[in-house]
Amino acid sequence: MAELDTSGGGHKKGPGVKKSKKQSTRVDLTPMVDLGFLLVTFFVFTTTMSQATAMKMNEPNDKKPDLQKDVKESGSMTLLLSKDNNIYYYYGNLKPETISEQFKSTSFDKVREIITEKKLKTPIDDLMYIIKASPESTFKNSIDILDEMSISDVPPGHYAEVKMTKEEQQLIDLTEAASGGTPPSK
Amino acid sequence: MGRAKIPRKSTIVDMTAMCDVAFLLLTFFILATKQKPDEALAVVTPNSVSSKVAPDEAILFTLTPDNKVFITLGDETKKGDVLQDFNQVNGLGLSPAEVNKWAKKPFIGLPLNQIKSYLALSSDPKPASMPGIPIDTANNELIKWVKSISNAYAGGDQNELQNMLLVKGDGAAKYPSYKQIKEAFKANDIFKFRVVTNGEQVPVGSELYKKAGSGGVNE
Repeated sequence: MAELDTSGGGHKKGPGVKKSKKQSTRVDLTPMVDLGFLLVTFFVFTTTMSQATAMKMNEPNDKKPDLQKDVKESGSMTLLLSKDNNIYYYYGNLKPETISEQFKSTSFDKVREIITEKKLKTPIDDLMYIIKASPESTFKNSIDILDEMSISDVPPGHYAEVKMTKEEQQLIDLTEAASGGTPPSK
Repeated sequence: MGRAKIPRKSTIVDMTAMCDVAFLLLTFFILATKQKPDEALAVVTPNSVSSKVAPDEAILFTLTPDNKVFITLGDETKKGDVLQDFNQVNGLGLSPAEVNKWAKKPFIGLPLNQIKSYLALSSDPKPASMPGIPIDTANNELIKWVKSISNAYAGGDQNELQNMLLVKGDGAAKYPSYKQIKEAFKANDIFKFRVVTNGEQVPVGSELYKKAGSGGVNE
């Protein structure tokens, strides 16, 4: 079928010359099958890989202040998202005397441990993560931190995004200025 | 007594049928996979462990890396209504023919005052040259857009609308511009929407991983 008959087409066949054997026209299709299935496998894998997913967002209704709830100081942890993927955090409220001990910095690689640690040692009813994104942080940062909440299995309602206060922004600026622009990695 | 000779059969199998099947499957997969729609607005979305697949038919708010916002109205049945409502409410003074022409454009990314002149153009400008919808705190036109969208869907199932609202942002976009999009939703009493992300595996050893392992549901 796919093979050409190359056996002595131009030769004159005399009476004594034996007839050349008729060659089979069958082609071995095994490599072709291999190739076919390889391509199928390739396409199946590459197509399912890039699935866009949707992450649910629930925003609070700012017009109803009575829905706001107070948070226990012992159970709260504030995460401040800053520029260059840096995170600053502190537990409870910042007190002027102990501010330098309270105010710590970390990165997205290490924040999971800190979140999980806080979660495990706090009664679940008191637990609250307060996320504050600075104007210098990126969209990715704010999605990543929410994703960290899902990864650490923090129940919905135990984390919220809050506007950053001026004092906190100042603290970040001061910390970054003190360390020469680059935030200290813990 | 001579035993009956069993003819020795060849072990070669005819591969033609197999080959046919392989290529049939290949052809099927190639044709059945939906081609990614030509994305004029290329964004790299952040990752998340969320496993819900983003719907195809959606009202997409795209946030580009340079903090421009574009809207894609994916629901063809309501697209005209949204544009007509926006035209009326904001007094753009577009004729029905112009609105129809507008409905054929893939996305919206212009301030109010540039829309009429844009529709008069014969060719589409490149998305990179479009300024995007203004989202400054002083002039957040996105609020008007969300208003028109919710007007067009008023009376319908609000859950359906919430399921269609998608924010697709580039990871490099700054937080304040994302915040302005959220503000636009909130100003119109929409508190639920979804963010398009790239699916990723739940990290091994994390709390969620342990929960999923113990039979919990991963949402």
